[in-house]
Amino acid sequence: MARKQGESRPLSQLVVGEQAVVARVDAGDLLARRLLEIGFYPGAVVEVVAAMWPGDDPLAVRVGGATFALRRHEADGVTVT
Amino acid sequence: MTAAAQDLRIALIGLPNCGKTALFNRLTGSRQKVANYPGVTVERKEGQFRGASGRQYRVLDLPGTYSLTPTTLDEAITRDVALGRFAQEQRPETIVFVADATHLPLSIRLALEVKRLGLPMIMVLNMSDLARKRGFNVDHDVLSRELGVPVVETVAVSRRGADSLIATLEAMQIAPSPGSPAGEWREPSSEDVAATHLEASRILGIAGYHEPLRSATVERIDSILLHPVYGMLALGILLFFVFQAVFSWAAWPMDLIDAGVVTLAEFVNGVMAEGPLRSLLADGIISGVGSVVIFLPQIIILFAFILALEDSGYLPRAAYLLDRVMSSAGLSGRAFIPLLSSFACAIPGIMATRTIPNLRDRLATIMVAPLMTCSARLPVYALLIAAFIPDRDIGWFNLQGIVLFALYFAGVAGALLVAWVFKRLRRGHEAHLLMLELPDYQWPNLQNLVLGLWERIRLFLARAGGIILALMVLLWFLSTYPAPPAGASGAPIEYSFAGQLGYALAWVLAPIGFNWQIAIALIPGLAAREVAVAALGTVYALSGDEEAVTSSLSSVIAAEWSLATGLALLAWYVFAPQCLATIAVVKRETNGWRYPLIMTGYLFALAYLAAFVTYRLALAFGGG
Repeated sequence: MARKQGESRPLSQLVVGEQAVVARVDAGDLLARRLLEIGFYPGAVVEVVAAMWPGDDPLAVRVGGATFALRRHEADGVTVT
Repeated sequence: MTAAAQDLRIALIGLPNCGKTALFNRLTGSRQKVANYPGVTVERKEGQFRGASGRQYRVLDLPGTYSLTPTTLDEAITRDVALGRFAQEQRPETIVFVADATHLPLSIRLALEVKRLGLPMIMVLNMSDLARKRGFNVDHDVLSRELGVPVVETVAVSRRGADSLIATLEAMQIAPSPGSPAGEWREPSSEDVAATHLEASRILGIAGYHEPLRSATVERIDSILLHPVYGMLALGILLFFVFQAVFSWAAWPMDLIDAGVVTLAEFVNGVMAEGPLRSLLADGIISGVGSVVIFLPQIIILFAFILALEDSGYLPRAAYLLDRVMSSAGLSGRAFIPLLSSFACAIPGIMATRTIPNLRDRLATIMVAPLMTCSARLPVYALLIAAFIPDRDIGWFNLQGIVLFALYFAGVAGALLVAWVFKRLRRGHEAHLLMLELPDYQWPNLQNLVLGLWERIRLFLARAGGIILALMVLLWFLSTYPAPPAGASGAPIEYSFAGQLGYALAWVLAPIGFNWQIAIALIPGLAAREVAVAALGTVYALSGDEEAVTSSLSSVIAAEWSLATGLALLAWYVFAPQCLATIAVVKRETNGWRYPLIMTGYLFALAYLAAFVTYRLALAFGGG
């Protein structure tokens, strides 16, 4: 995984209970767009509240006061710092 | 102007789970019409109510959406209707934007997008009682000023909860403008979306709204229900309970319906003169409609559970838990609900696939839904198990029970396998979205439950009933004509078209161990699986009431068929598309013959294969 800054990483790498701030959203058109629309815009605070076994897929992510279930590859589209 | 032209058309728009449907139910009560948009399988819900001034309002409940850039057919309908681009729908004159007051940011963002459509709009803060209880105080005046639209509070679940909305609508005095032209509109760019988010949080900031902390209760419940181990365990227990309820609570109303149908048929047989009309009425129509209506109790109980679970916010969590397992088989976690419904009957299950946004995921779910063991298979399973499987205990378990469980399991395993193959056959990769909101838990609302159930029942009866009725009449004709020649010794059905077809089919079915009696019974059994039991009874020229038929039939076939044949027929019924109504519903839901034909083909192939393997294995182990 290419890292722009030392601490930026995909959302899917957060552990349960960890908070972070969205840096950018880059995924396929439709996916990025929907992620943006449901609240993953740069600056938004996110927290992973649950992760399924095995492989943390899917994840339950808290953003802007709502909780969404995201597949791992969906969460990979969001880069957080 | 006609009265209808003076009606004001309002459209409800909002996020999924904002309480829009509850508000719609509150406004319109039972004055609702539910149908499909022409040519597509998206549900169109319209209702009416009258204001204090006597003015009539027509309310359209548009599908919930996160944005006006659609990812699903439902969302495209919302956009097109709001824009006046949808040919068969007049553009609404007013938009009632419904927001969940306990969770405003995404709603306000969407409201900003919707406002650009250029229609008069009212902002409704729904569930305002709950919001107040949780300590949210939003300054309505600020909100109204910043958004440039009136803001009202509603409590859709309480009796007079929508009065403020009606009063505001009346005060706005919007002139009806039927056939107003389509609006100018440009799809927002990603920058626009980010900008509306920032604008929404600016507005909410000055209106004194604070992002809700995750409630401690929800957090505690979720730490169990979303847990990989405890959550799965809880889901398993819940499903077990639901199945218990579906099969045990439904038993007596089903017996009651059965008895009613028999009595009605006997009554018709008693008062009418012998002849084709009596036979059509009693054997074709009454027993045909009866064979569908009998599943209503199970469908009602199952849907009551599903609706209550949906209302409470649990169902998306079940989809979350199962997504991994189901996606490895090429299905989405969202397929869980339709497949669960299919255990009662595949028809409501297939209709419930509309909640799956991705078309391919939806098709995969439709294709495997008939493999879930619907309750129509039970009478056939019961007959064959009683005839061929000894009633013996193995350890703690009963052998007959184990076989029944194995049949259910074979259906599920078959479904996963078929879905997996379907996935492998797909060309290319496309984004599969789960992106499912897990809303806060809440108590299910009784009015919504009752209205929701009523809608399901109506749809089931209208769709399945109409199709079944037509098919039953056709099958009655095929199995009644031509009449047996004078002095014929066999059962009349042997001489009918269905009988001739059965004889013709017998040689195809011989390699899997089916005799001509089974072949004949399979044909009327196409209308509904359990009809095959009655048809077998007819072929073996038995008479008497249904219970007697089942018990004596069971001893007749135990004596006449080999064990291998009995087991092969069980295997056949796990897979065979023995239900024309399902095929017809698939045709309707997929708008064409392609998928119903593929489905019929693969199901027959699987059934034949399964029966062949079972028959040959049983023979090899001495079951001849």
